[in-house]
Amino acid sequence: MTALDIKDLGYSYGTKRALDGVSFALRPGKFTALLGPNGAGKSTLFSLLTRLFVSREGRIAVAGHDLARTPRAALSKIGVVFQQPTLDLDMSVAMNMHYFAALHGISGRDAQARSERALAQLGMAERAGEKVRDLNGGHRRRMEIARALIHDPEVLLLDEPTVGLDFKSRQAIVDHVHGLAERGLTVFWATHLVDEIRDYDDVVVLHRGRVLAHRAAAKLRAGRPLAEVFIEMTGGEETA
Amino acid sequence: MNLYLTAMLAIIRREALRFIHQRSRFLAALVRPLVWLVVFAAGFRAALGLSIIPPYQTYITYEVYIVPGLCGMIQLFNGMQSSLSLVYDQEMGSMRLLLTSPLPRWWLLFSKLLAGVAVSILQVYVFLAIAAGFGIVLPLAGYALVLPALLVSGLMLGALGLLISSTIRQLENFAGVMNFVIFPMFFLSSALYPLWKMAESSTLLRDICAWNPFTHAVELIRFALYLELNGLALLWVCLSFAVFFGLALVGYDPSYGMTRRRKG
Repeated sequence: MTALDIKDLGYSYGTKRALDGVSFALRPGKFTALLGPNGAGKSTLFSLLTRLFVSREGRIAVAGHDLARTPRAALSKIGVVFQQPTLDLDMSVAMNMHYFAALHGISGRDAQARSERALAQLGMAERAGEKVRDLNGGHRRRMEIARALIHDPEVLLLDEPTVGLDFKSRQAIVDHVHGLAERGLTVFWATHLVDEIRDYDDVVVLHRGRVLAHRAAAKLRAGRPLAEVFIEMTGGEETA
Repeated sequence: MNLYLTAMLAIIRREALRFIHQRSRFLAALVRPLVWLVVFAAGFRAALGLSIIPPYQTYITYEVYIVPGLCGMIQLFNGMQSSLSLVYDQEMGSMRLLLTSPLPRWWLLFSKLLAGVAVSILQVYVFLAIAAGFGIVLPLAGYALVLPALLVSGLMLGALGLLISSTIRQLENFAGVMNFVIFPMFFLSSALYPLWKMAESSTLLRDICAWNPFTHAVELIRFALYLELNGLALLWVCLSFAVFFGLALVGYDPSYGMTRRRKG
């Protein structure tokens, strides 16, 4: 059973087709990048995966749970990091973590233990007591990733999580999340930055709402730079 | 602890902390009704003669009359503000986060609503304490009995805010809501003048006031403060709550809700 299985997914904004016949399944314990230029449908896909939108076309299954039929079971298996920060700046890291744990019905000592473990995984353990406002952008993002892990999801979804960060912070986050995949978590990472993708990662190339390719990065680029292949596939459209 | 309660308490706690951190919001919420009480009511005291109407047993001054209306006003502003902050603050993100919880959506939204109500009740009590400082003292038991009334009226007004937040696409500022929701609701109600007084100038206006759910929220609070239950007002407020919350749930349903229109 795969952590995320999408079949024939389609979605339209009025007459504009945002996603069309999207099908793919993530390999368990793999880092899969969703690569696509601006307007490819990445954000729409993420909104459907997190059930902010619902589509009548196609089907999404998370760890075997159909998102339309058993949304609660499915949502409990997803960890999400949105593109926009969703933090309470005036509260401490620990308080932000505990709030999210409670939204999953986890409280008390259990929440404490999970919070510590998740923060440690992202190298953030010693920052638990700090106010989020005092953290830099990179650490804030890492806290959000740790928070998304608190309920032990089967799949971690990240929508362009490195937007607006400097190179070093970006690198640290990319390393950390690859580390999570190496420890067995299925990761689905939307991006337009090819340097965040490693040769052993899987890549789903999305363009104008359709999947153009789904294979290992090394195979996809076949000895050429990934950026070149990507631009060729998407017709050289500007990425953003 | 129960899964549902854990989430609800956390949502309330978060709202309370947010409120404490926004001291200006707290101050504004208090200054607004106090200005009405101290300045407006003093000016109108001479102009408006009030006869004895239930629940009052005797002649009352205008300041005493408008206290329940101002309690309602606090809740009206709070209800609009806490829900509309979703549209114009960065609260949209935290709403997204909230909705990724595996708990049922209606429970999450109800918890969010209740959190806002808890804050509004706190504001009302501080306001009543300051009003007492100005000599407007109510029956002692009234301070306790008003609590359930505030809970129901706060839920109704919060649900209205939630409904508005789910239907309007974009809001540049708070002024639009002030003009089109808060002011009409407040002025076309029994908050500032009794309905019979309104009927003297226009029966149509009186009828509009009588339909306005905010009138009933104010009357529910007014009667509770004087140890009486206004059954009709309670029924009206509960019905309005059911309708507003029901429609808000539809608005937040991912199949055809507000999120659908927002390309994220």
